[in-house]
Amino acid sequence: MSTMVANNKRSFGSTLWDYLTTVDHKKIAILYLVAGGFFFIIGGLEALAIRWQLVKPMNDFVSAGLYNELITMHGTTMIFLAAMPLIFAFMNAVVPLQIGARDVAFPFLNSLGFWLFLFGGIMLNVGWITGGAADAGWTAYAPLSTTSPGEGVDYYVLGLQISGAGTLIGGINFLVTIVNMRAPGMTYMRMPLFTWTAFVASALILFAFPALTVGLFLMMFDRLFGSGFFDPNMGGNSVIWQHLFWIFGHPEVYILALPAFGIFSEIISTFSRKRLFGYSAMVFATVLIGFLGFMVWAHHMFTVGMGPAANSIFAVATMAIAIPTGIKIFNWLFTLWGGNIQINTPMLWSLGFIPTFTLGGMTGVMVAAASADYQFHDSYFVVAHFHYVIVGGVVFALFAATHYWWPKMFGKILNDTLGKVTFWLFFIGFHLTFFIQHFLGLMGMPRRYWVFLEDQGLDLGNAISTTGAFLMGLGTIVLLYNIVVTSVKGEKVGSDPWDARTLEWAIPSPPPFYNFKQLPLVRGLDPLWIEKTEGRKGMTPAEPISDIHMPNNSFLPFVMSLGFFIAGFGFIYQKYDLVWLSLVFIGMGIALGAMLMRSVKDDLGYHIHKEDLVKEAKE
Amino acid sequence: MSEHDVLNPKQMPLNPEKATLEGKNKFIGFWFFLGGETVLFASLFGTYLALNGSTNGGSSSQELFGLELVFIMTMLLLTSSLTSVYAMYHMKNNEFKKMQIWLGITVALGIGFLCFEIYEFYHYIHHYEFTMRSSAFGSAFYTLVGFHGGHVVFGLSWIIALMIRNAKRGLNLYNAPKFYIASLYWHFIDVVWVFIFTVVYLMGVL
Repeated sequence: MSTMVANNKRSFGSTLWDYLTTVDHKKIAILYLVAGGFFFIIGGLEALAIRWQLVKPMNDFVSAGLYNELITMHGTTMIFLAAMPLIFAFMNAVVPLQIGARDVAFPFLNSLGFWLFLFGGIMLNVGWITGGAADAGWTAYAPLSTTSPGEGVDYYVLGLQISGAGTLIGGINFLVTIVNMRAPGMTYMRMPLFTWTAFVASALILFAFPALTVGLFLMMFDRLFGSGFFDPNMGGNSVIWQHLFWIFGHPEVYILALPAFGIFSEIISTFSRKRLFGYSAMVFATVLIGFLGFMVWAHHMFTVGMGPAANSIFAVATMAIAIPTGIKIFNWLFTLWGGNIQINTPMLWSLGFIPTFTLGGMTGVMVAAASADYQFHDSYFVVAHFHYVIVGGVVFALFAATHYWWPKMFGKILNDTLGKVTFWLFFIGFHLTFFIQHFLGLMGMPRRYWVFLEDQGLDLGNAISTTGAFLMGLGTIVLLYNIVVTSVKGEKVGSDPWDARTLEWAIPSPPPFYNFKQLPLVRGLDPLWIEKTEGRKGMTPAEPISDIHMPNNSFLPFVMSLGFFIAGFGFIYQKYDLVWLSLVFIGMGIALGAMLMRSVKDDLGYHIHKEDLVKEAKE
Repeated sequence: MSEHDVLNPKQMPLNPEKATLEGKNKFIGFWFFLGGETVLFASLFGTYLALNGSTNGGSSSQELFGLELVFIMTMLLLTSSLTSVYAMYHMKNNEFKKMQIWLGITVALGIGFLCFEIYEFYHYIHHYEFTMRSSAFGSAFYTLVGFHGGHVVFGLSWIIALMIRNAKRGLNLYNAPKFYIASLYWHFIDVVWVFIFTVVYLMGVL
């Protein structure tokens, strides 16, 4: 099996089968990028529909019910099906390369994680075609969610359960990869900051997602099997859902934001031609943010009535997060200071990020003040705040990473002029949309209402906000156009188009499927930069050329995920007719059968022989 | 040297479960997984503690629980954890037959535990009409203890599958990590039961 297939033109069928069965982290990265990008567009269209409904007072573009579905699915899609998979796309594409590994620790599980996410994402959206998607808000507070009629919320529960399992698997995979698979000399304190943030974010996934898993199970039991966790009539307590949801939900913010910080740290350092200022302080701040992220969940619940003691503790803990985040902001500024700055698309996004995210952080401290939060709560002020953090932080980072790592993933640089057009359209559109929403919120406009009355001082602000949203849509279209143009016409680039610093730039673009022919010897932070400053062209190998062990492709992850997907429908529709339980048995049978097959069938992988590697080097 | 020779060395190393990179990855990955499982059960315990007084006029924990049955179940499960330690001891000494015997005893004890648990649930449902739908307390009880029972079922199926699959070929560096992490899982199930015994049953009858 260890033949080196030349990159000839392959039939569509064989390419498709290759991607369905692949366990290669670079191909899984592309799968995540495509699927996450697809859901990003779906979520974006939902956002545009929301903004169009709010463009003028008492608009009737959508009904109240459809509006509820739109806001619910917009939030859920953007967080779980767009932002997280896109983060995972770059973690998959880059982290193994940055630590000098040939693959992740569990290639099979990596593939399973992707297919679970994809099937979960599809499940979430099935509601649209079966009579209504989830409509209880992305936070799905009980009892609104437990009493919501139809199957929309059931799809939310089962879909998130399946895709959440995929995320958890992915998180464990990256933890083990980073602990066990680092190249010789790659100590923890020499790891690039993106790898560090991926590491801490994976730990957050590991400890945060099980709380969501439990919350979703309880809601599933309440909705489908008649239990009473959240039903006061049976002695239940709906606040339990809020706790479980936010014990997951607040770390989730940092699961998204930390890798974003890592992306900007790489880009700012590369294009300032300086090593990252205060590297160890950045690592420390990352870990501290990860730790504090678990201590603050109840700041989402200040108005529930937990009492002044609990509110004060959570308010103070929340404000404390501003300290490590501030450390990061200043370190980025000091990295820029005195640097040989080159302004291109990834750098523009980074420079746009710093003030934007700082604004989101400032309003974060405002809503963290529990007494003031009684005023801000459930108003557009909060909507503005979290979009400044999530879009200004995470989405900006994803755009930056797309432009920065595109040449590594696909071998071509995205057009810089079009990239700058995308940036300015999106950046201006973003601030038009959300800056005004701070004031709409302060004037009393509540979130999640499908209409507002005229002459309340809200008309102009909402019209401006809608204009901005369409500018962001335009920016995204330019990016898609850029991708098409680059794929068709773009020129191939070498291994290191940015004159960058970290290990992923030491191997060809796109990398061969075994990544490193010889594992590199890492001699410090920014290992490639060290070699370049000492006059060498690439990394010094840490081992002679020898056989490389590779994992086998497998179709089982797809089958397992399909099994859970089928079982999900059975769980939902058995509430109408127990005949549907047969689907549960069929689906779980497929999934568990595939798991058993995986367990009993040895999968030893194969070797690429030394001779083939030497021969390839000569060609 | 082929993969087969690498995985079947003439002399088994001291810790066969961590002798290969795959083994090391599984070992540490499974510990991480158990960390996540801890949060899962912590969430279920938190929910149970919030709802264990919400009987909705139905049976309360004082009426339902008896410590005699639970004591036998606890002894069965604690002993099964000990026997799985013996199995791993023999694995490290490369004594495959003895490992299989001790794993067999572990499975038998686990099945015994499971039978008592099924009887317990049956008893509550038929004699007290205490179900998942009777009260928030019922929902929380069956979910917490049922999740643990589900873990027992999964753990038993896993160990049995491993025993049958490898019955004829003995230990090697490919299956040793599998046996080892299955036993780690079994210990975890046991630890969770200690907490269930304390929080649900001991605190329930007091």
